[in-house]
Amino acid sequence: MKYLGLTLLAVIVAAAVAAPVVAPYPMDQTFRGLLNAPPTRPHLVDDAGGWHAPFIHPWTVTNQLEQKYEENRAAVVPMRWFSHGRIVASADDAKMPLMLLGADSFGRDVFSRLVYGARLSLAVAAASAAGALLLGALIGGIAGYTGGLLDDLLMRGTDFVIVLPAMYIALALRSAMKLVLPPFQVFALLTGIFAIVGAPFLARGVRAIVRSEKQLDYAAAAMSLGASHARLLLRHLLPAARGFIGVELTMLVPAFIVAEATLSYVGLGFPDPVASWGTMLQDARSIRTFTDFPWLLSPAAAMFLLVLGLNLVVQHAGVVPVYNGTDVSPRRSRTNPDTVRS
Amino acid sequence: MIGYIIRRVLFAIVLVVAVSSVSLLLVRVAPGDFASESLGPGARSEQIQQARERYGLNRSFAAQYRDWIAGAVRFDFGRSMQYDRPVADLIPERAINTGILALTALVIATLVGLPLGVFTGTRPHGIVPSAVRGISLVLLSMPPLLTSLFLVFVAARSGWLPVGGMTSSSGEDLLRHMIVPVGALALPLIAMFERLQSQAMSETIGQPFVIATFGRGVPLSRVIWRDALKNALRPVASIYGLVVGTLLSGSFAVETVTAWPGLGQLMLNALRARDVYLVAGCAAAGAAFLAIGTLMSDAALAIVDPRSTAG
Repeated sequence: MKYLGLTLLAVIVAAAVAAPVVAPYPMDQTFRGLLNAPPTRPHLVDDAGGWHAPFIHPWTVTNQLEQKYEENRAAVVPMRWFSHGRIVASADDAKMPLMLLGADSFGRDVFSRLVYGARLSLAVAAASAAGALLLGALIGGIAGYTGGLLDDLLMRGTDFVIVLPAMYIALALRSAMKLVLPPFQVFALLTGIFAIVGAPFLARGVRAIVRSEKQLDYAAAAMSLGASHARLLLRHLLPAARGFIGVELTMLVPAFIVAEATLSYVGLGFPDPVASWGTMLQDARSIRTFTDFPWLLSPAAAMFLLVLGLNLVVQHAGVVPVYNGTDVSPRRSRTNPDTVRS
Repeated sequence: MIGYIIRRVLFAIVLVVAVSSVSLLLVRVAPGDFASESLGPGARSEQIQQARERYGLNRSFAAQYRDWIAGAVRFDFGRSMQYDRPVADLIPERAINTGILALTALVIATLVGLPLGVFTGTRPHGIVPSAVRGISLVLLSMPPLLTSLFLVFVAARSGWLPVGGMTSSSGEDLLRHMIVPVGALALPLIAMFERLQSQAMSETIGQPFVIATFGRGVPLSRVIWRDALKNALRPVASIYGLVVGTLLSGSFAVETVTAWPGLGQLMLNALRARDVYLVAGCAAAGAAFLAIGTLMSDAALAIVDPRSTAG
């Protein structure tokens, strides 16, 4: 199961990194005659029963108003492999582009947008995770190291933020800025907001770990050897929280991805034509749209696979993939000799 | 004990006041206000000035805040500019809708998730427990945004259940409209409770006191459901306080996707229109939910684990 999880993650990340090679089309290329066209089906066998290299049939519109399409079996468009810097595309885009996951309401290839969208969604999540890590380790480290009043204040603050519904904080902070912003500013803004919302979860655990590590002999030894406060904290104490941070981050990343999707879904995310998984879902916003054209929900499926992959990996490490409010370290109970089953 | 209760109630009050005040401030510092947003970019500046004067938006933040607080203690939360109705009239109906959704999901998740967790936690092997664990993991990977999209899709495709358009408040109609959003909210929560309870249970049944009880001849089911369960409730009880926040976050996504007329929709529209008092009112209502939730979870935790009230 762990390998299934890792494979899922690897495939998604690889597709995102290699987006320009994997995606047959740029994310904003529109095909006017193919609004909401269903996925193109690659064929191997033609109507006469002869085998060929994979080919596709063009769609012909059968109902302009309801956007119904039918395969034109008479025409054959071969697929073109490994040329023009793409893995696979249609040999004749004018006749029929290769749309593995259909087209959206602007006639854009959903598969290409999904791959480019993965880049943006993953980048937001990764950058937010990095931000949350820095902020959380800083707050938790200082609180745990200094103790006393500062510790009290910082921990009260994090407790307060943790109790609040993260989605509403993100929503309120995002709405406090201009509602429509250029993509780069949206990216920076979302990353900052998510880092702030995610940091308290890390800070609490880091603080507890730093606090208990500080009592240990090696910390006293380092200090008596003349290590500065900063060195002791950064070089010796914080690394002890590595395991905890790793687990916590794998749980924050899915939350960030879904948060980006939710904000984009309600129109506070990236502006059109930029593709992220959230903006793609927004294109499918009306219920009628996505029941008639279910391929528009593919970003939801992609999100599910990504989160499932992360959960499979986390689960394998013996951690319940759930925020556990009070237990600082998910493993603590395991190392307690009383609870180890023989 | 009394000190503990006072502390928790104080925290609840601080929560409501702080959250609504901060949201008021946030909307105030946000670019644009209701006057400029509602009149559009083409409006002349004197028109905007007039509108500002009419809504009292030209005052300083301090003056505005003082008046708002003075009203709020008398349960007058100002007037929504967007709907031109008192905020106190607008909120209750929406808050009740969100409350129904969240509470039903929480009850269902507890009633289904906990027993399932006990079941899987006490049986490490077997086809059924493994299947439950597998389903849980799948559901955990589907946050409410995804479950609601999925359930709405199934409901609309099959025509089994109505989708969106919850308007009438007759009992049966409400129930039929509730199934999709409640399901969307409850499914991930069931999975979460099942996993947590399962882990707590499997750790508890290895403890000496459980083995000793079993050894004295107490029937296995009684050991599990009476002795071990009581001990293993702590992790789940302690997470209830966080779950309220999770529920509200999740219900925002669910309300948006299923067009459920709850607080989330109201707040989103208010934020977009810069309807200051309505935003603050929604935030106060949400914070009140949160405060009640944390109080209840503290109570639950105190019952399950009396040690938690110390300190």
